[in-house]
Amino acid sequence: MPHPIAEAVYLGFLLLTLASACIVVFSDNIVRAAFALLLTFFGVAGAYVFLGADFLAGTQLLIYVGGILVLLLFAVMLTHRISTSQVSSESRNRGRAAFTAILAFAGIVFSELCVPWRHKPLPDQPTTAPLGQALLTDYLLPFEAISVLLLVVMVGAAVIARRDWRRPGA
Amino acid sequence: MILSLQPTLLVAAALFSLGLYSVLSRRNAVAVLMGIELMLNSANLQFAAFSRFATGRLDGQVFALFVIVLAAAEAAVALAIILALYHNARSIQVDEADRLRDEP
Repeated sequence: MPHPIAEAVYLGFLLLTLASACIVVFSDNIVRAAFALLLTFFGVAGAYVFLGADFLAGTQLLIYVGGILVLLLFAVMLTHRISTSQVSSESRNRGRAAFTAILAFAGIVFSELCVPWRHKPLPDQPTTAPLGQALLTDYLLPFEAISVLLLVVMVGAAVIARRDWRRPGA
Repeated sequence: MILSLQPTLLVAAALFSLGLYSVLSRRNAVAVLMGIELMLNSANLQFAAFSRFATGRLDGQVFALFVIVLAAAEAAVALAIILALYHNARSIQVDEADRLRDEP
């Protein structure tokens, strides 16, 4: 039985995640949505701490907050004229999108919460060393494949984003 | 009891459907990308929750790590595509990028 304070803090992280995700989805201002996404990532990282995934929480903060969010803000700033025009992001097809999303929510809830999952908790331990061992033994092939993928992505992103990529040698 | 499997799965499902709604309804390509990130985070949250409560093994966290790396790669490529689209079409509204479509 977890401590009541731990329960309350975990509930707080979950509510923070949900509330800021709602701002991300429903806000008309794309900059406001990007900064709300920061809170969503932070809430998920806090939930990871309570789920016994300390290394995952650190990685979430480093890569999502430090990397992906900065990339998204770059995309916003480079493609909108913040000072002159409105930085809005209106929606279309709200009805059909809401119907599909609610259907997906119901499907996930029915398929996951109606199953009697076996209860076998992970022991409270630091996960960094076991994760590193798993990555270099059981998951060595995906680990190597994903490092090659990162190299390909780096080259590909640089090639695509070049302004004059149609003129070789220019 | 909040700190258990079911509430976490419920929140993750809500996060996934919010992301799906954003992907389907937004016109701005960056907002669509944000929806995809929400969906990936929801999957990661479920991986971590199952690893903590249901399997007792670390495999879920390893998969979550792979998902995080893939999300970073996807964000980099998506940013490059969005910039190329902006240079070509002066707009990143996804429903205006229909130059390859047949004229009706």
